[in-house]
Amino acid sequence: MNVGIIILVVAVLAVLGYVLGRRRALSLAAARGRKLHSLPGYYGQTVALFAAVPALLVLVAWLLVQPMLIETRVSGMIPDSAIPDGGARSLVMADVRRIAEGLDAVLAQGGLDESELSDMRADFTNVRTRLAEVGVALGGEVPTEVFEAAKTYRQDTKTGNTLLTVLMLAMSIGLAVWSYRRIAPDMRARNVSETFVRMLLIAASTVAILTTIGIVASLVFETYSFFKMYPAQEFFFSTVWNPQFRGGSELGILPLLWGTFYISLVALIVAVPLGLMIAIYLAEYAGPTARSFIKPAIEVLAGIPTIVYGLFALVTLGPFLRDWIAQPLGFGTSSSSVLTAGIVMGIMIIPFVSSLSDDIINAVPQALRDGAYALGATRSETIKQVVMPAALPGIVGAILLAASRAIGETMIVVLGAGASAKLSLNPFEAMTTVTVKIVSQLTGDTEFASPETLVAFALGLTLFVLTLGLNVLALYIVRKYREQYE
Amino acid sequence: MTDLTADTLRRTVLTDSARIRRRNASERRFRMLGIIAVTIGVLALIGLLTSIFSSGLSSFRQTYISLDIYLDPAKLDKDGDRNPATIAKVSTFGYLPLIETALKDAMAAKGVAVEGLNAKTAAALISKEAPADLRKLVLADPANIGQTVHFNLLAAGRIDGYYKGRVTMASAELDSNVSPEQLMLADKLKTAGILTSSFNWSFFTAPDASDTRPEAAGLGVAIIGSAYMMLIVLVLSLPLGVAASIYLEEFAPQNRFTDLIEVNIANLAAVPSIVFGILGLAVLINFVGLPQSAPVVGGLVLTLMTLPTIIIATRAALKAVPPSIRDAALGVGASKMQATFHHVLPLAMPGILTGTIIGLARALGETAPLLLIGMVAFVREYPRSPPEGFFDPASALPVQVYNWTQRGDPAFIERASGAIIVLLVFLLCMNLIAVILRRRFERRW
Repeated sequence: MNVGIIILVVAVLAVLGYVLGRRRALSLAAARGRKLHSLPGYYGQTVALFAAVPALLVLVAWLLVQPMLIETRVSGMIPDSAIPDGGARSLVMADVRRIAEGLDAVLAQGGLDESELSDMRADFTNVRTRLAEVGVALGGEVPTEVFEAAKTYRQDTKTGNTLLTVLMLAMSIGLAVWSYRRIAPDMRARNVSETFVRMLLIAASTVAILTTIGIVASLVFETYSFFKMYPAQEFFFSTVWNPQFRGGSELGILPLLWGTFYISLVALIVAVPLGLMIAIYLAEYAGPTARSFIKPAIEVLAGIPTIVYGLFALVTLGPFLRDWIAQPLGFGTSSSSVLTAGIVMGIMIIPFVSSLSDDIINAVPQALRDGAYALGATRSETIKQVVMPAALPGIVGAILLAASRAIGETMIVVLGAGASAKLSLNPFEAMTTVTVKIVSQLTGDTEFASPETLVAFALGLTLFVLTLGLNVLALYIVRKYREQYE
Repeated sequence: MTDLTADTLRRTVLTDSARIRRRNASERRFRMLGIIAVTIGVLALIGLLTSIFSSGLSSFRQTYISLDIYLDPAKLDKDGDRNPATIAKVSTFGYLPLIETALKDAMAAKGVAVEGLNAKTAAALISKEAPADLRKLVLADPANIGQTVHFNLLAAGRIDGYYKGRVTMASAELDSNVSPEQLMLADKLKTAGILTSSFNWSFFTAPDASDTRPEAAGLGVAIIGSAYMMLIVLVLSLPLGVAASIYLEEFAPQNRFTDLIEVNIANLAAVPSIVFGILGLAVLINFVGLPQSAPVVGGLVLTLMTLPTIIIATRAALKAVPPSIRDAALGVGASKMQATFHHVLPLAMPGILTGTIIGLARALGETAPLLLIGMVAFVREYPRSPPEGFFDPASALPVQVYNWTQRGDPAFIERASGAIIVLLVFLLCMNLIAVILRRRFERRW
């Protein structure tokens, strides 16, 4: 049965369970002349929850595990001789899946039936033309082993699906009947259903932990296999980035890190003074009306997708900087450059700096300002000598958060910074960053066998550690140096 | 009491000393700096939007060449029995002569002629996509064969660009794809009313097109892909996020486990989006075996990305409900679960929905993780309807923008900017809904 239909059936069972459970509770209570412990709906809820939730959890787990099990089993059936020279096992497996799909299509057309199929053999029938008729194109003739593997794959998938259907229905109905029979007037149905719901809530909140585990595990695991193929000290200390897809690449991270830091530095040079001054103006000078216009306008900058900034860098700012500054002054001829990406990224992170700093400046108690005014200080003197020092830890935290944004930013640098890994000081030259190289090494690739693709995971791990470190540092600074005002 | 005269008093109180003047000047300078910073910020926003709109708005108009085409049965249906199978055998190339004849006849009828152009080079004014469109229309309704039918055919990208200022006579001299004569012919066709320009509906419905046919490229598949992903994100992240927030805000005891969850959520909110793409590639595609370029993978990745945003917003909304509500519910005998689900949650709902919409808006504009899970692929087929369609290859709006910026023809930059305008309009609508929700339903306690 189709997964969608199974889910539908389970949902119907749950609704049915609710109605029947509620009715049974009411009729039992009436028959025995006793009051129910809980509201009648809770009796229905227990039946519905037991009918639906365990079965659906099993469904999800099954759908994850079944393809993996079948894959390993079928993959074992294919001898090394059936794998063409220079090909990979996974390519043959892809063929197996396509043939299996094609066989399904042939069956659906009524071209042949189950028993004919099991007798069909690749060395007698022309499988390729047969499949081409139903729209499955294959690259070459089908070896016997592959065809047999495809038949097994198809059979196993079918058996798996049948098993799943039976198991789901059995679980759903079994648990529903069990909890239905359990219903009695003095059963504490509300407690049962509330404990159940509470478990679900806890499960939902562990998704965050699972995501982190998933991220760290996938990064560390693949980075480990990268370092088995490529020496770690080369990766961390080499100054050359030159991937070759025929092997013999040099994959030094230093030029990428340099590009990342240089661009982030330019971004911070743009964003920190602007963002800080905007925050100060909004918090100390602007009246409520001006504030209600300026604050949303600045925050719109944070809501604009980064691809828009990327296009702006590519189409407008890059050519502008090249034609009006770089070329006349002889700094370079590239429209994608550190400055292009840096300035645009700076504009993007202005709201991060300004919003956070605004909140922090507002949190400085008015009494401090009043004290300074009473001593005869002007507004700017108060801001520079009283408010800023008090708000400094928070502002440093905000700047660090903005820096971590800048380091992890991808689309602006992909479109604005260029792709050549260089160690240069000239801000008008194209340079590249860690994120750009992750994109270019991984886009559209799923074969993780060569160091050239695996290096992306090492880069990802570096990026993850860097941004995490900055965030933790920001939190630490804010917590440690925060002034406590009552 | 020597000489505290009225004169000195006036000097110290009513006129500024040099020092005071300096301090006041520095005050004014500082204030000016603030105004300048705000101005630069606002100008940056305006500049960004103007640049995108000025290069993208033209993509909403498209040049068409309208012709009466005689669908010649001798060419399209050789057997004459209107059998769809035989009609389908005529390839796109079979339709090209029909268009060429129709254009020649139309030019002759209106008396339009330009030196140095034959039927073939004149027909090059029409997009290479046009015969395929024509074929599609004929296959959809074979009864038209033998009739003369009025069609609006796409003009070629260079001709379209001529009327949008991208191509000029001078640039056509150097261009191998278009000649000045062809542009002159286009001008004459325009005065003859054969070449027209109208609103570009197909920009919203057509799928992507190949590198040489920018005029036919549209956002259809990308919009569907984005819609599918948003559906998945909404269905998964709203219940998960609300459930997690309710637990953390209302039930979680103060212990290590709770701290661990809190730290995790805070960190996930700060993880660069591209790392989520790596997660999707390594876990969802390679480990679980979900298909590449499928909306389901994109939806799952974006769900994990938006979850922290939604949890943070939901917790703030739950926190804003005053404890007296809970106390009152508990006081009349509700259980903690009842107090939460019957009273606190409904009151927090506007805040939760606002946070969810803002999270969705962020997810809609996200590009980087989608590049890694293969959504950059060139997809011309519309995905099927859900649920199977979730597993079909599709594109997404921001990825389509990126895709078009990587093409050679400058016409694609116009299309990319147009796609961004579409994206921004969607985002604007979502944010407006969020603001309206907040304005209408937010309660001050």
